[in-house]
Amino acid sequence: MEQLAIILMDGLVYASWLFLISAGLTLIYGVLRILNLAHGSLYALGAYAAASAVLFYFDRGLWPPGSYVALLGAALIIGIVAGPLIERGLLRWIYGRDPVYQLLATYALFLILEDGMKLVWGVNPYYAYRPYGLLGTVQLGGIPYPGYSILLIGVALLAGGGLSLFIRFTRIGRLVVAIIHDPEISVALGANVSRLFLLTFTLGTILAALGGAFTAPMISVVPGLSVEVIVLAFAVVVIGGLGSLEGSVIGALLVGVVRSLMVHRIPELELFAIYLVMALVLLFRPQGLFAIEEVRRV
Amino acid sequence: MKLHRLGGLILIVLFVGLGLLLPGWSRFLLTLALARGLLVLGVVLLMQAGLVSFGHGLFFAAGAYAVGFAVRDLGVRDAFLVAILGAGAGLGIALCIGPLLARYRGIFFAMLTLAFSMILYGILVKAYRITGGTDGLRIAPPAFLGWSSPEEHLGSVLYLFTLAATAGMVFLVFQYLRSPLGYTMRAIRDNEVRVEYLGLSVSRALYLAILLVGAMGGLGGALNAMSVGHVDPNLVYWTTSGEFVFVALLGGTGSVFAPLVGSIVFEFLRTYAYKYIPYTWQMGLGLIMLAILGFAPGGLWTLYELIARRMSGWTWSWKRGA
Amino acid sequence: MDVVLETRGLTRTFGRVVAAEDVNVQIRSGERVGLVGPNGAGKTTFLNLITGYIRPDRGRILYRGTDITGLPPRTITRMGIVRSFQIPQLYPGLTVLENMLLAIAARSGRGMDFWNPLRREHEVAEAMELLAAFNLADHAERPVGELPEGGRKLLDVAMALALRPAVLLMDEPTSGVSTRDKFEVMEVLMEVLRRSGVTTLFVEHDMEVVYRYAERVLVFHSGRVVADGDPQTLFADAAVRRAVLGWE
Repeated sequence: MEQLAIILMDGLVYASWLFLISAGLTLIYGVLRILNLAHGSLYALGAYAAASAVLFYFDRGLWPPGSYVALLGAALIIGIVAGPLIERGLLRWIYGRDPVYQLLATYALFLILEDGMKLVWGVNPYYAYRPYGLLGTVQLGGIPYPGYSILLIGVALLAGGGLSLFIRFTRIGRLVVAIIHDPEISVALGANVSRLFLLTFTLGTILAALGGAFTAPMISVVPGLSVEVIVLAFAVVVIGGLGSLEGSVIGALLVGVVRSLMVHRIPELELFAIYLVMALVLLFRPQGLFAIEEVRRV
Repeated sequence: MKLHRLGGLILIVLFVGLGLLLPGWSRFLLTLALARGLLVLGVVLLMQAGLVSFGHGLFFAAGAYAVGFAVRDLGVRDAFLVAILGAGAGLGIALCIGPLLARYRGIFFAMLTLAFSMILYGILVKAYRITGGTDGLRIAPPAFLGWSSPEEHLGSVLYLFTLAATAGMVFLVFQYLRSPLGYTMRAIRDNEVRVEYLGLSVSRALYLAILLVGAMGGLGGALNAMSVGHVDPNLVYWTTSGEFVFVALLGGTGSVFAPLVGSIVFEFLRTYAYKYIPYTWQMGLGLIMLAILGFAPGGLWTLYELIARRMSGWTWSWKRGA
Repeated sequence: MDVVLETRGLTRTFGRVVAAEDVNVQIRSGERVGLVGPNGAGKTTFLNLITGYIRPDRGRILYRGTDITGLPPRTITRMGIVRSFQIPQLYPGLTVLENMLLAIAARSGRGMDFWNPLRREHEVAEAMELLAAFNLADHAERPVGELPEGGRKLLDVAMALALRPAVLLMDEPTSGVSTRDKFEVMEVLMEVLRRSGVTTLFVEHDMEVVYRYAERVLVFHSGRVVADGDPQTLFADAAVRRAVLGWE
């Protein structure tokens, strides 16, 4: 019983992380119809920026709990700077192009960002663990659990909740949903679509950076974070159905729990947990769980 | 057709001469470029059907590790046997993952190949008792049908062996591109619905192409491993696969020879780049990729064609079916 | 004569739109049937259902007594039911001739041949003969992308014909073709089909074409077949004329 609780809790924490890295990817795909291979790099950018911000913050000897604001700030800055820069500088030139072309272009962006980060932050690891330690452990029904993990769940809930409020109760949010379900609406929108795409991409970038920023205190930030993240995020998005936000929530939860089960029961297979879920889902629903159907007219 | 044969022959003679004249280091690079060119060729063949493989290192590593295991565990050292084993390993992987891959297109295909290669990378690193982990495996110099080359000539012999294998593959691909299946691949990129409405199975055509590409990639991996004398998990790391895609784009899809030319240019470029710009190499690749996408989608081959058109009259037109 | 193609209670809806509702049709061997009706009446859906591009919600499709409901287009094509398209479905990256040759190669069962060349002398000859019949021979070596709309339309039909169908379904075969060429092309096409005894169904908006070339007409409306008969009788029926065809 106690073990089951831990498995579920671990699964929930991992699912929160997966949701943060995949929500932006699926949102961007849904609206812009581009799978951004550099999404993992945006995550890594968030992680690096956050690590630097936290280290800087503690160097000043400021009030420790304020470091969480530094994490959040780093993510927002990355999102607001890198998002528009990439959308205006690259993506707007490749909307509606052949998917192969788009893949190659965002792959090129990924290569550029990878080395760009090495230029700025070097190749040595950054340790920004203090925000992690600050929260200590929390007693959950008698079981000690790292407080920071609970914070991560909170961040994912806030991000997901905020996103769903935005989508439901703002005019722009409703437009976003409409376009996800029928891309042709974007044609009808004319000039406004450019701003909507910019906004969506920036939002997606913030989500990715947020994931990176709040992961930074839990890991050593080193080059090469991006690849694993883009593959995992894609897997989650595929399980849920490309472009579907509900799908990414379900996909994250599914993978989170399955992985946690494997970590505790068959640790040798942990590496394959996500692929196993993906293979099973694709076998029965090739378009993912919450697929948005498209039939070509002939 | 006769011109093609003649052209091929001239090229082979040229390459043989080049290999024997060049200093050892350049010849070694040329050997690697040819072996890797087979992988690039595979990427290009899939690209013709509109598929991007971001995990081509999968076949590369399969062929290379097959050599590693064959030498270490089976005591097989014969280059011919080892090359066949490598191709077989690539084919084997393609046989297993092909049916799944053939169901997907576009981003799905790209990401699935990437995921498969990451899985293999994970296995190779973690199962270090069998695979040697990140240290990889050492490979003793091969023998040729019972004959062992003296050490000072081994480089040349391996070069000629690689050249012969590559030439054979190029011929095979040449036939394939002119065949109905080769055209079907291009038709799939243009209009899958009509391919099915001709009574052809798109997934079956793709599966066959994946098998061809897999076997060819395995062979490339084996050839590469023999010359380098060492295999490690980096062969299947995403950067390796990414380089294949990059070279495919660099060479362009204009001809069977484009991937090989691209591969040779790339191999020499990289040697210098590693020396002078170790930290901005990937960035350079990315920028060049964007430049190619923006200004010369046909790759280096466009350049060749531009020059060829200027000197038309004696050019061999290889564009169609070649 | 024997029934080649039969549908029983064929029904398909898209959301709230009923694209096919309880369609029961029997097509006899060698018949040339015109499908008419206003836009959105379910004519193209009918072709999509028969060839397996979409599945019916209910109902069955029988081909020479065999149930082919739910089979994929390639299997149905190989059984002899071939179609051409309203929007031409071609390979713009290949030449006109290569498009034809691929169809011929598919028919000869060597679509998966990876060794012998696509261009074989007798197959090129066959392709050129078909292209000539559609006035496309001069364009043989041009990329399909450069063909005008009318030419693409005809190539689409020629490719279907190259498969040597037993049943040919054509979706507005001459829309986009100039009025001047229209009858010339239809004359050639229908003559070939009549001579080889191919059962033919064609969707057509030009009633003059239907009148001249169809032996039987199926009138579609809101996913249903509302009238079925020979063109002379049908077009004389005032109710059909006004309500369905929109004629006065």
